[in-house]
Amino acid sequence: MADPRRSPLAHLAEPLAATGIMRELPYLSSFEVRGDPAEPAMARLGAALFPGPLLAASWPTAGHAAGTGPRYALWCGPGWYLLVDEPGSALAEAMADDLPGVSAVDVSAGRTVVELSGPHAREVLAHGCALDLHPRVFGPGSCARTNLAKAQVILHQTASTTYRVFVGASFADYLARWLLDAAVEYIRGEPVDQ
Amino acid sequence: MLSVPCPWCGPRDETEFKYGGQAHVAYPSDPAALSDAEWASYLFLRDNPKGWFAERWFHSAGCRRWFDVVRHTVTYEFAPGVTP
Amino acid sequence: MSQAFRRAAGGRIDRSRTLNFHFDGRAFEAHPGDTLSSALLAHGVRVVARGPYTGRPRGTYGIGAEEPNAFVQVDSGPGEPMVRATTLEVYDGLVARSLAGRGELSDEPDHSRYDKTWAHCDVLVVGAGPAGLAAAHAAAVTGARVILADERPEPGGELLAGRAHLDGRPAMDWVRDVHARLTGLPEVRVLTRTTVTGFYDGNFLVAVQRRTDHLGADAPAHVARQRLWHIRAARVVLATGAHERPILFPDNDRPGIMLAAAAAGYAWRYGVLPGRRAVVAGAHDGALWAAVDLFDAGVELAAVLDVRRLPEGQVHRALRDRGVAVSAGHGVVGTDADADGVLEAAWVAPVDGSPRRVPCDLVATSGGWNPAVHLYSQAGGRPLWSADHAAFVPGDPVPAVSCVGAAAGTFGLADALAEGAEAGWQAGAGTHGGGGEEPLPPATDSVADAGAPAACWLTSDLRPDTVFVDLQRDATLHDVRRAVGAGMTSSEHVKRYTTAGTAADQGRTTGVTTVGVLAGLLGLPVGAVGTTTYRPPYTPISFGLLAGRDRGRLLDPERRTPMHERHEAADAVFENVGQWKRPWYYPRPGEDLDRAVERECRAAREGVAMMDVSTLGKISLSGPDVGEFLDRIYTNRFSTLKVGQCRYGVMCLADGMVFDDGVTARIAPDRWHLTTTTGNAAAVLDWLEEWLQTEWPSLRVSATSVTDQWAAVAVVGPGSREVLRRLAPSLDVSAPAFPFLSVRDATVAGIPARVFRISFTGELSYEINVPAWHGLALWDALLAQGITPYGTETMHVLRAEKGFIVAGQDTDGTVTPHDAGLGWAVSTAKHFIGSRSLARADTARADRKRLVGLLPADPSVVLAEGAQLVVDADAPTPVPMLGHVTSSYRSAALGRSFALALVAGGLTLRGETLYAVDAGRAQPVVVTEPVFYDPEGARRDG
Repeated sequence: MADPRRSPLAHLAEPLAATGIMRELPYLSSFEVRGDPAEPAMARLGAALFPGPLLAASWPTAGHAAGTGPRYALWCGPGWYLLVDEPGSALAEAMADDLPGVSAVDVSAGRTVVELSGPHAREVLAHGCALDLHPRVFGPGSCARTNLAKAQVILHQTASTTYRVFVGASFADYLARWLLDAAVEYIRGEPVDQ
Repeated sequence: MLSVPCPWCGPRDETEFKYGGQAHVAYPSDPAALSDAEWASYLFLRDNPKGWFAERWFHSAGCRRWFDVVRHTVTYEFAPGVTP
Repeated sequence: MSQAFRRAAGGRIDRSRTLNFHFDGRAFEAHPGDTLSSALLAHGVRVVARGPYTGRPRGTYGIGAEEPNAFVQVDSGPGEPMVRATTLEVYDGLVARSLAGRGELSDEPDHSRYDKTWAHCDVLVVGAGPAGLAAAHAAAVTGARVILADERPEPGGELLAGRAHLDGRPAMDWVRDVHARLTGLPEVRVLTRTTVTGFYDGNFLVAVQRRTDHLGADAPAHVARQRLWHIRAARVVLATGAHERPILFPDNDRPGIMLAAAAAGYAWRYGVLPGRRAVVAGAHDGALWAAVDLFDAGVELAAVLDVRRLPEGQVHRALRDRGVAVSAGHGVVGTDADADGVLEAAWVAPVDGSPRRVPCDLVATSGGWNPAVHLYSQAGGRPLWSADHAAFVPGDPVPAVSCVGAAAGTFGLADALAEGAEAGWQAGAGTHGGGGEEPLPPATDSVADAGAPAACWLTSDLRPDTVFVDLQRDATLHDVRRAVGAGMTSSEHVKRYTTAGTAADQGRTTGVTTVGVLAGLLGLPVGAVGTTTYRPPYTPISFGLLAGRDRGRLLDPERRTPMHERHEAADAVFENVGQWKRPWYYPRPGEDLDRAVERECRAAREGVAMMDVSTLGKISLSGPDVGEFLDRIYTNRFSTLKVGQCRYGVMCLADGMVFDDGVTARIAPDRWHLTTTTGNAAAVLDWLEEWLQTEWPSLRVSATSVTDQWAAVAVVGPGSREVLRRLAPSLDVSAPAFPFLSVRDATVAGIPARVFRISFTGELSYEINVPAWHGLALWDALLAQGITPYGTETMHVLRAEKGFIVAGQDTDGTVTPHDAGLGWAVSTAKHFIGSRSLARADTARADRKRLVGLLPADPSVVLAEGAQLVVDADAPTPVPMLGHVTSSYRSAALGRSFALALVAGGLTLRGETLYAVDAGRAQPVVVTEPVFYDPEGARRDG
């Protein structure tokens, strides 16, 4: 049986692919988790989600992501994280237990992700993002809730030239069209100047 | 474009924030005990000084935290030492 | 036409290539590097504009952004009104024409692309003249991130004229070397053709980059024509140079009269003689050096005048070496024109002496240099008058901002370089901790024994109505005198009274001169009068660039529900609700709005219909204190709600006025699902978080927006239970098992769903929520059941028939829950936000505007929403207004029109006839209860 789901940017898959620098990462699992990371319940949840001795402080600090591989947490605000995992992960099961002082809300279907990569990814974002994305300030493992064009997003840099833009499902069409427009000069050869 | 010092996210453009007016105007603990005039004063009257002013901001597009700053209403300078 | 005034060699133009352009219908040639002004001067074209009011011919006056006269209309390419010919780079195929003060906006769409971008740097250097280049280089070698912006096509600033030397080499060699070094550094960005137009709070500067205008038809269509830079800089170095100012005299506006350094600049930067026989008149050494430059370029000097009487200095010797004597204490006191209005002679005279007529085709005048303090001033600095400079110079320093070079009143080349390098080094080291190389050793130039400049504003005030203080506005000395005669003493008032300084050039050449003239009339020191305020933008910005890519479909986010493409496929007509695109109605072939809505309403009332309600705001609340929290937020009580139940709630602001309403369900003991109106979703979440964070941090509640997480479909009508029974066989849909105002988790059409039994229509109905990515599948499954989709118009008719309000439509921030007929939902047994306000005498007034129903006497008339309600349509004005229509529709169920309204006195007027007035027509209406359909609520259970 075909996947009955439809991702927010399925209808723009072709133009995104044609850029060579953008694609949708649909159906990622995600939870918004709220709780004081100093509380035992949050510590236990963190340890369960991110096992391993190197991740004693499982929950990320301000402006950063924490985690390895496809499962990671993005710092959204104090005591507020977006927990991300690959599509169809067991995240929902891991979050099923009610933990005192912890709120976990499944928002997997509420957002999608546009991934930008390549040497011009940062410049494309700079056309609509007021944040300083220079490597001295914002590098791999950095994340921020901010505005991109007129959409509220979570920006997550996953590698030196790769960014994930988390955007609300209802804003995804707008944001993708905006990105396609902002990227025009970078995908049709070099611009005439900076 | 003000650069507002969010105590959690660092300086961000003013467009990421909502302005919350004068700081330290607490919701009355027992509104019913107030006279109409006192209640109206809480609802509607705020200081409007020329100079340093303690005010609230809400980082709505970022960490979504409310915080207080002290800002100069003439130079728009933010006093250092912003705390959550 | 030949380039008769083109010199045989020299200038920063590419003589190997020829460009063709048209001006005022005539064909001309130019070379790459030419501006329209330089190219026209090369052909001896003097008249490029006319005074907007006087109609007097005007010629090119300056050489850059200061130009007051030479504004042209560009008709080629995208077309643009009011372009400065002095900065318009000629391209092949350029078509332009002269103007008289006003351009014409094209009514054709502009298909050019416009871009915006954000940039951050440690040091922004504005201006790539010698001081700016030195500053940028010194900052860059510290490792700092540097942006250097300059409005010209290439760096060099005043050095572009090419006569200056540094360390025995042409200064442009140094410019080229520094430019090459800067562009080779990874953290340096050099932006040419980029004008920094505004300095805003927090070292936020805006710059306009002209990227393809100079390419003409060769401009690639996919490249944005212009880019707006938003630059946040830790430090700013302003190396913005200075603007030359004239000396005023009668008939000072004739084509052929120019600023002196500009005239010399055309000769050396563009290889164009601005005239063949010149009178040079000045009040500072710079004017005399311009005379030297003009002479060396081949211009005959008919007279060189200096209002000062100075001992001989280097510049005098330079002129004497060329056989030219300086007439000290002399100035121009008038000019003559030929039949075309073009300069043919100047009248020159000693102070208080008799004039003599000197035939000439060029008067080059220079009263001195005004440091370009615009950005410094926008940054909060206050320019101060300096008698030493005879100019306004930057006053107190502004934090994190340095002014260097001519912008700071430092006019000597060596001094400017040293000042720039020092400021750049300080800025770079201050932001980046220093390190790197030492700054370049300052280059040295030959030091002149310069004479002090004089503050000379005008050399004759005879015929004051021909002494132009603002060429572009045709404002004269006479106008300034009239302003003073009318009692004005402030430069700001005189500016507005005379319009001097208000044109597109913003008085860059004569603004300070006007202040000087005003000070003279008032008998005050110049510094006491002071300049007018410098506001952004420094030069005009096109609206297209301000819009950037925020136009057309990208003007504002169009929020789409997961079912959007089905609505499009069904030919839905959409309406904007906030940023959402919602189906307004689904016309079938041949149907208009009324027909479609009548059919959709009938389906909902008689069969089954469905609506995409994914846009409703949804907030997930969790924590043990949610019930207590909601008791404080809503006017009614929620803590008593049992798991699996829903309740309608109204929330007020602290002033007691209705803010929002919606249904909240308790999903689990500590987990709740709150809904808001579509337009208020973000505001309600902000509201909840504000109270939780700032007033009640002890409440253990967290709020998460899940608006986009859930797609939702309202299935409405007597047939809805049967549909749900078929699609959710495991769900007991019987009325006792799934009563009104309850919520169940179920599998619907194979999709995990949350089903609310609530009704916004009065009919039996269910709102089926599924994860958004399943929304389309749910919609398709429901369509397959043959259900009629309906849009927002039908929704409004159905809810208004039941007297259900829409917060924000039937309320407007002045309406209490009682006013809106929601008193039943207001608890008197608890405190809530707004409850204290509802205890004020004002909110209990009997004559408050309250919700009522209206039935137009003519049942075919649909009242205009917003129509005012009056007792007597024929009363003399001002007519007392009782209220207004808030919702108005045609009802299929009632077979007539009806409306909701807010009326003073509310239902005490039941049965009375009022008049709804709109567009001059008064419609009689009868006041009724606001519930028109099924007042007993019998249909809700199917």
